[in-house]
Amino acid sequence: MKLSPRRRRRVFRVAGYVIFVLVIVAVLAAADWGRLSDAFFRSDVAGSMFPEAITIALRNTIIYTLLAFVFGLTLGLILALMRLSTILPYRWFATAYIELFRGLPALLVLFMIGYGVPLAFPDREIPGGVYGSVTVGLGLTAAAYMAETIRAGIQAVPKGQLEAARTLGMSHPRAMVSIVLPQAFRIVIPPLTNEIILLTKDTSLVYVLGVTSSTIELTKFAGDTLNSRVNPTPLVVAGLLYLVITLPLSQLVRGLERRAARER
Amino acid sequence: MAAIEIGGLHKSFGSLEVLRGIDLTVETGEVVCVIGPSGSGKSTLLRCVNFLEEPTRGSIRVAGVEVTDPDCDIDAVRRGIGMVFQQFNLFGHLTVRENVTIAQRRVLRRSRAEADRIAGVNLDRVGLADKAASYPAQLSGGQQQRVAIARALAMDPQLMLFDEPTSALDPELVGEVLAVMRGLVADGMTMLVVTHEMAFAREVASRVVFMDGGLIVEQGPPAEVFGKPREERTRAFLHRVLEPTRVSESEIGAHLTD
Ligand SMILES: Nc1ncnc2c1ncn2[C@@H]1O[C@H](COP(=O)(O)OP(=O)(O)OP(=O)(O)O)[C@@H](O)[C@H]1O
Ligand SMILES: [Mg+2]
Repeated sequence: MKLSPRRRRRVFRVAGYVIFVLVIVAVLAAADWGRLSDAFFRSDVAGSMFPEAITIALRNTIIYTLLAFVFGLTLGLILALMRLSTILPYRWFATAYIELFRGLPALLVLFMIGYGVPLAFPDREIPGGVYGSVTVGLGLTAAAYMAETIRAGIQAVPKGQLEAARTLGMSHPRAMVSIVLPQAFRIVIPPLTNEIILLTKDTSLVYVLGVTSSTIELTKFAGDTLNSRVNPTPLVVAGLLYLVITLPLSQLVRGLERRAARER
Repeated sequence: MAAIEIGGLHKSFGSLEVLRGIDLTVETGEVVCVIGPSGSGKSTLLRCVNFLEEPTRGSIRVAGVEVTDPDCDIDAVRRGIGMVFQQFNLFGHLTVRENVTIAQRRVLRRSRAEADRIAGVNLDRVGLADKAASYPAQLSGGQQQRVAIARALAMDPQLMLFDEPTSALDPELVGEVLAVMRGLVADGMTMLVVTHEMAFAREVASRVVFMDGGLIVEQGPPAEVFGKPREERTRAFLHRVLEPTRVSESEIGAHLTD
């Protein structure tokens, strides 16, 4: 029997769906749901995590994220401006910094801050205790990514904008602050929001700095509960709480990108 | 004192010599129109006057101030020079009113009320008082260019530079921008205008400057430059732009080889 091209396409498409569904069903059916739910969905274990899971762990996760983001954004902006500077040593420094910190795992940087800074400056410490160390430790890496994003945003603002501003008598810094950067930031809001999502997840590395019961964040909190209750339900609780932060943010990014696409 | 005095101006981009010795004086109150083929260095000349391009060699005095002097406060000089670009360059994140007030406030330190008042006067002057709350993207090209003119005028410039202000416009929008410029001429504004609008140049210019290959080939009153050009290159150029449908094959050949 010979099929017309249209019928053939339809047969292939239906076959694709069927295989897709069969694979998922097979995986789900093969899993031992009884044991899984005994392990991961124990309501008594989950219940025992509240309210601390929210009042302390989720709260700290959000605080760490915001602190690191603000630090990273500020440093990233400075690096982006250095990268675009006419002064060669500034460009070198910014390029070297960005390459270095994009190439290192965030965990390693956190370790270095946690152990290196006390050795290097024995009489001082980073202000703010763990909060300060997290801000710097995660912010240093985030700054490298954000610098590149901001640089691209600045370069996406047409050159004529700066020229028009200078022509009106604005100094270069004034023109950057009043004219170029506001437009650059509009362009980079979606990628910067993505950066917050990545940072949220990176706060799970903070445990290497040694956190206490008041500075604990979600992942460490879940891990500790898992150990004390000998049950992995806390991982599910922590996972859901991460999604509470990240899903609205991804939604926001999508909305912003749609709006940007419309305006173009 | 002349509004602009240019002497021995050279400008190179790398090995490309774009201006090859320009001498030009614009007296206060004069309207000088610069014409010439694409790539002849007209924009570069204009951009050297307010130091958007740094001259390679030569001297440029604006109202007696040497802009090539390293000690020159270029921002102060630019405050006295309005510039209008081919691509309008309105600030896209600001409303029309904010476009016209931001430099008044940040550079001239005028109060908000004063800046708004002056913005109103100048938007009225270009016929766009009712668009103060709009964003540039909501305006036609002709309206955007008129806002750009109002933005420059709000700084009370002594001199206006125009770089092909109508070249990016749809033909039916050219007239409204030229009308605003005619108004400026009538008010006695000193203007240096790069343009392809020959009829406009003929009508309003005190002097027409024809540039080719980085040099001023010929200049004089419009009646002379358009009526009986002395130089062959001027004649060929005017023939090409005034009667584009009647350019002969041999002329194109001559143009390409020179
Ligand atoms: N920033 C730059 N870098 C390198 N070359 C440049 C630069 N600006 C202009 N040029 C070159 O200088 C020459 C003169 O340019 P200019 O823009 O002054 O010409 P123009 O007379 O204004 O031409 P048009 O009528 O097309 O606007 C052109 O060959 C151009 O490619
Ligand atoms: Mg030009």
